[in-house]
Amino acid sequence: MKEIKQALMVFILMTILTGFLYPMAVTGIAQEVFPYQANGSLIKQKNKVVGSQLIGQSFTSPKYFNSRPSSISYNAASSGASNLGPTSKQLMEEVKKRIQKIRAANGLSPNQPVPADLVLGSASGLDPDITVQSALLQVPRIAKINCISPATLKALIQKNTIHSFLGWGMTRVNVLKLNLELNKVQSHCSHG
Amino acid sequence: MTPTNLAGIFLFLIVTTLLAYPLGEYMALVFTDQKTFLTPVLSPIEKLFYKICGIDEKKEMSWKTYALCLLLFSLVGIIGLFLIQILQGHLPFNPEKFKGVKWDLSFNTAVSFVTNTNWQNYAGETTMSYLTQMLGLTVQNFVSAAAGIAVLIAMIRGFIRKTSETIGNFWVDLTRSVLYILLPLSLILAFILASQGVVQTLAPYVKAHTLQGKTQTIAVGPAASQIAIKQLGTNGGGFFNANSAHPFENPTPFTTFLELLAEFIIPVALVFTYGAMVKERKQGWAMYWAMMVLCAAGILTALYFETQGNPILKKMGVAHGTNLEGKEVRIGVMPSVLWSVITTDTSTGAVDSMHDSMTPIPGLIQIFNMAIGEAIFGGVGSGLMMMIFYALITMFIAGLMIGRTPEFLGKKLGPYEMVMASIGLLSSPITLLIFSAIAISLPAGLSALTNHGTHGLSEILYAYASTANNNGSAFAGLNSNTLFYNLTLGFAMLLGRFTTLIPGLAVAGSLAKKRLTPGTAATLRSDTLLFVVMLIGVVIVVGALTFLPPLTLGPFLEQLMMHAGRTF
Repeated sequence: MKEIKQALMVFILMTILTGFLYPMAVTGIAQEVFPYQANGSLIKQKNKVVGSQLIGQSFTSPKYFNSRPSSISYNAASSGASNLGPTSKQLMEEVKKRIQKIRAANGLSPNQPVPADLVLGSASGLDPDITVQSALLQVPRIAKINCISPATLKALIQKNTIHSFLGWGMTRVNVLKLNLELNKVQSHCSHG
Repeated sequence: MTPTNLAGIFLFLIVTTLLAYPLGEYMALVFTDQKTFLTPVLSPIEKLFYKICGIDEKKEMSWKTYALCLLLFSLVGIIGLFLIQILQGHLPFNPEKFKGVKWDLSFNTAVSFVTNTNWQNYAGETTMSYLTQMLGLTVQNFVSAAAGIAVLIAMIRGFIRKTSETIGNFWVDLTRSVLYILLPLSLILAFILASQGVVQTLAPYVKAHTLQGKTQTIAVGPAASQIAIKQLGTNGGGFFNANSAHPFENPTPFTTFLELLAEFIIPVALVFTYGAMVKERKQGWAMYWAMMVLCAAGILTALYFETQGNPILKKMGVAHGTNLEGKEVRIGVMPSVLWSVITTDTSTGAVDSMHDSMTPIPGLIQIFNMAIGEAIFGGVGSGLMMMIFYALITMFIAGLMIGRTPEFLGKKLGPYEMVMASIGLLSSPITLLIFSAIAISLPAGLSALTNHGTHGLSEILYAYASTANNNGSAFAGLNSNTLFYNLTLGFAMLLGRFTTLIPGLAVAGSLAKKRLTPGTAATLRSDTLLFVVMLIGVVIVVGALTFLPPLTLGPFLEQLMMHAGRTF
């Protein structure tokens, strides 16, 4: 039947055109014109890749700005979320623990509200950002541990802040970039 | 619901409409054999295409031949995609050495992409080789969208033509959709996305040494090319598991805006194409307003409730109770909600936040949008077709009220058209409700749930609403990569796709044969405010009557439980 032959031929030609020529053309040109972006916006130090500026990594040490909780522990080869719903007991128990931990680590009073992004997991598990409120909340802790003045840290946050535009994106800082800059700041700790 | 958020939404809707109008006019030229600015470049390629495939572009088809070609092409696509997945372990472009995909998952994925659903029971970066992503999935992203557009165009011809036996040539409509519309737009979008940080490489995954001294493997791949058509073709199947919430799939608020625009623009433009093709642009605007009112109502309702936050979180000490579970900071609450409504209005199903973790009422809006058949702009082609079915039903009801034979665009509607429209409208609710009932009655259905209580019911309802209407988004807590779900969801997708498109073609074939009846003073015109209001009413009444009971037991009840502080 001629329709079967036509279906096969159209399928084959479309496969070559949209499945091979199209992605190869985009790859070729993107690699030529935007090699940095097309290869993952990688940040290198001393020829070693330390991460991608777009991909969050786990920051749990008290000396760094901490990142958001991640249900995949920032495994960038397997993105995903908790998918726990708004009445999930499991979610609420986890959030309760996270709130206690954040309050204890940052010396907050027992009733002080905690920014939502610091205690709720992201959609990709790889969120590279935290809100400015979450960064500011961590300033006293980081200042104390690293012996850096809070003013220096606040200036660092301000410099790295990206603002919301008409509700598109929250006002935020990129955690990896912020921590890379933090590493460059001279510590004044006498015990070294 | 701050003024800032409303301004952000308004900006999005305005930009979409302003760009969709000229695109709609352009598509009307493409499908009525008129010259466009791309004709000189693309026409030789198009002709060569037909020559190689043995297609006579002048030869038109009856609706039955048109439907046969659609079915054959879909069957070839399913078999081809199934084989690529099974065999990917032996094929090139597989730097992560992924094995062949299991048969039931391959079946589900093949059906899913061919039917323009793009439901994903797999995680892209841990399952599919680069070859499968490009040669398998990207291809179906293009052609399943093109097939949807083709069928809609054929249906519109049914209204335009008088005493005609044919409704166009499927291969020509399909080829033109790809060459003149989807491919040029995808190229533009892919380059913009790549410039913003969406990866596009064939290199293996990257090893990074993190600041805290750990190793992080970062998945990359040829993503930009696939994401462009995934959005434009209302497909929605992500390159990565987290879909457009993944920073490599959607790195900035600007790409969020662009990708959302991309998934919305062709469905909106097709409404204008319809107006241009029937040579009464007011008809297009009437459809536009009916759909836009429903769309805006969904956006505002969902946004109102999501920005109220979760009282349980608030009580525990989360600032304002803001529900950021399953949301990205660079995207934010408003664009997450806006996207969730647009992706379920249109049949895209891409996500930039996890719908499963939203508060109950936005979840209800999402299920409602899909369950009514995705008629609010809807999938490329299939959406407007669904709304035309609603329009035929509206005319029938209006006809009963005033005791006249119903007509639409000058064509008298008989029992045959009404039966076909009813099949098109009722098949997916029936599929949805019956499969959901089976799933909640069997251990195999219930064991896949992540969430319990009323939210568990919503998870199952969402899954079948999504697949029976070829949406593809999920309450992703449902662990549906099981034999039971792979097969039942697969069949739901097949039923959803073909019980819409084929009745649409049947209506086209029947109407094309009829004469035009000149309108009289007693004719209910379909370009009036009265008609728009009636049409909206019919959509809501049909949706409400069919889905009120399960939606009450799912999201409604959960909303009350949430405010009572109950957890499960």
